[in-house]
Amino acid sequence: MAQRVFVTGIGIICAIGKNAGEALSSLQAARSGISHITILDTVHRGELPAGEIKMTNEQLAALAGVTDMEMQTRTSLLGLIAAGEALESACIDPKNNDFRTGVISASTVGGMDKTEINFRNYHLGPPYNNFILTHDCGDSTEKIAVQLGFRDMVSTISTACSSSANSIMFAARLIKHGILDRALAGGTDALSKFTLNGFNTLMILDKQPCRPFDKSRVGLNLGEGAAYLVLESEKALGNRIPLAELTGYANANDAYHQTASSPDGYGPYLSMSQALQASGLHPGEISYINAHGTGTDNNDLTEGIAIEKIFGNNIPPISSTKPYTGHTLGAAGAVEAVISILSINHQTIFPNLHYREKMDELSFEPVREVLKGKELRHVLSNSFGFGGNDSTLILSSC
Amino acid sequence: MEAYIRGIGNISPQATFDNGVFLEEIREYRSARLQAIEPDYKQYIKPIQLRRMSRLLRMGVTSAGICLHDAGIEKPGAIITGTGLGMMEETEKFLNGIFDNGERLLNPTAFIQSTHNTVGAHIAVMLNCNHYNLTYVHGPVSFENALLDSLMWLAEKPDDKVLTGGVEELTESHFIITDSIHFWKKGGISNLDLLKDKNPGTIAGEGAAFFLLSKQEDPGNYAIIKGLSTRFNPGKDHIAVRYTEEFLASHNLGMDDIDLMLLGLNGDPVSDETYRPLLQHLEGKTPGAYFKHLCGEHYLASSFALWLAARIVKSQAIPAAVMLNPGQAPGKINRILIYNHYQNIHHSLMLVTSC
Repeated sequence: MAQRVFVTGIGIICAIGKNAGEALSSLQAARSGISHITILDTVHRGELPAGEIKMTNEQLAALAGVTDMEMQTRTSLLGLIAAGEALESACIDPKNNDFRTGVISASTVGGMDKTEINFRNYHLGPPYNNFILTHDCGDSTEKIAVQLGFRDMVSTISTACSSSANSIMFAARLIKHGILDRALAGGTDALSKFTLNGFNTLMILDKQPCRPFDKSRVGLNLGEGAAYLVLESEKALGNRIPLAELTGYANANDAYHQTASSPDGYGPYLSMSQALQASGLHPGEISYINAHGTGTDNNDLTEGIAIEKIFGNNIPPISSTKPYTGHTLGAAGAVEAVISILSINHQTIFPNLHYREKMDELSFEPVREVLKGKELRHVLSNSFGFGGNDSTLILSSC
Repeated sequence: MEAYIRGIGNISPQATFDNGVFLEEIREYRSARLQAIEPDYKQYIKPIQLRRMSRLLRMGVTSAGICLHDAGIEKPGAIITGTGLGMMEETEKFLNGIFDNGERLLNPTAFIQSTHNTVGAHIAVMLNCNHYNLTYVHGPVSFENALLDSLMWLAEKPDDKVLTGGVEELTESHFIITDSIHFWKKGGISNLDLLKDKNPGTIAGEGAAFFLLSKQEDPGNYAIIKGLSTRFNPGKDHIAVRYTEEFLASHNLGMDDIDLMLLGLNGDPVSDETYRPLLQHLEGKTPGAYFKHLCGEHYLASSFALWLAARIVKSQAIPAAVMLNPGQAPGKINRILIYNHYQNIHHSLMLVTSC
């Protein structure tokens, strides 16, 4: 159980880029990916902005190396692209028999993008009913495992907006228990009418680009994307140089309400403090917090209160990167883990875009400009979800 | 990694929610759709909460409540749930609303209750349980994933108690949709004749089964989960015999050490072919039993099998209806091995022993 877990590869596709290099350029240029919806077929085009990837499914398929579109959802195409990049960046062969490998993924709505287009035509037979079986959250996970050659285990987690933070955590524990040596861990979620309308009925979508931690914030922008980390044991790492080490993690439950967080942010407080405890770090050793920071009234307030409770008067630089990517739901934990690793590797804190005015209730303000040349030793990344599912990851430089 | 089963709760197409009886009467169905026999929820959930809950949520929360009561535990150290399709009723309701109302004037309740973690989250709120909480959604291995996490959790925190389980519902429309792609047997087939019918397809089921797992010895313990394994996508190879022998060898056991083999036979000739080499291998040596005629085929069916194994080991009684060959029932039942597979893509093994 004393095993360390290293990150050796990253892959990402989201509104600010179709790979880590493009995402980094956007982050460094403080360039948001929030725009009007043009790909998703919805009546809310022009009304609700989103972090939409401006590529059709056919374009995504070409990028993913997929020729047969018969049973491909947008969720699985995004997953295949990010997972493929992560594997390439780690320079490993999952088919190497010396190591046990698995894919631990996450999604909130799985193949919903195709379900909602086809479900009223299932009775007409093919090609409509090809998508009955792609609805499952595990469908994209299995496509990734088969295409990339991961064999020993597949698993998929769904805990709303913290899903892929939990898949990274579960993968790390599988490695620590010696069940896997190498895992591809992350998540994927495509924009869908289902989630767009769902969040819209909750009246927590901002019609403007979202502005987390701002006094005037009114809600979030949804996004879509996929991100994966390659996690490896010390043994599997050998003498290769990792991108980062996963030094801490925790999962707690707010146990307050299905969609709202407790007024004192007890769940977020628990997940952050337990992750710190797991890493053996003091709060003062955290160099930067990549906040959950959705831009909703409720989240930013309770996350902020919990941060103040833990860090007191010594709050590290904080930003939410959701104004770049939108809230990518089941992929968000992994998207932000990749961004945290880019921060560590490039010694840069990416700003909390669109922030203008301090919240009355909080003592701190988020980072407003690109901060370069910062040695980031330990980064704490939060992911909180419906159902009070709160998770925190701590990524450290190597 | 192993753990005691200290408490159980099971709502299934059989009358299983009362832990005081054990399959005394077997429910016969004359269709390919087996629906859960639900308890009177008012005995378990406050009416004001009950009104707002979807059917699967009621089933899940009640099954978990029965399990915790059985174990005498108020608040577990972790709540780990599996569900394949999640909250289908609410998902369908919200989807239909989107299309019927042109994406306008929708009711948020169905959306809120559509997320896959709804059952686990509700249990946390009801118990005011701030601990580790996770929901696995990988189709037919959702329960095995949840169980693996639970065993890992207890290895990390041996003093904890873990509530783990699986919930799955079969809505009317999902039955019709999957029937249209030939999942289910046609006509008025009896579930009790499942293995006699040689036509393609199986019978559909649903259920909610929870287990309270612990590392502590207790006279109330049902059984020990000794081992768990999953195998993904083995290809066209017949892996059943080799996989079983390798698994048993990793526990220093051989086929002869198993008193009862519980198989996921579901009546579909192609699916059941996967078990045939194993059945031949067992013949004359190890008695075989099956369970999907009782619970139906569904993503969480292996949770019903674990419940069945735990009850058999604890009571040392095997309901005649589960034996493949009723004359072959073993005397003492110390070790049960559960083998389940789904479309030869996901295979799993669970070793259950007496305390």
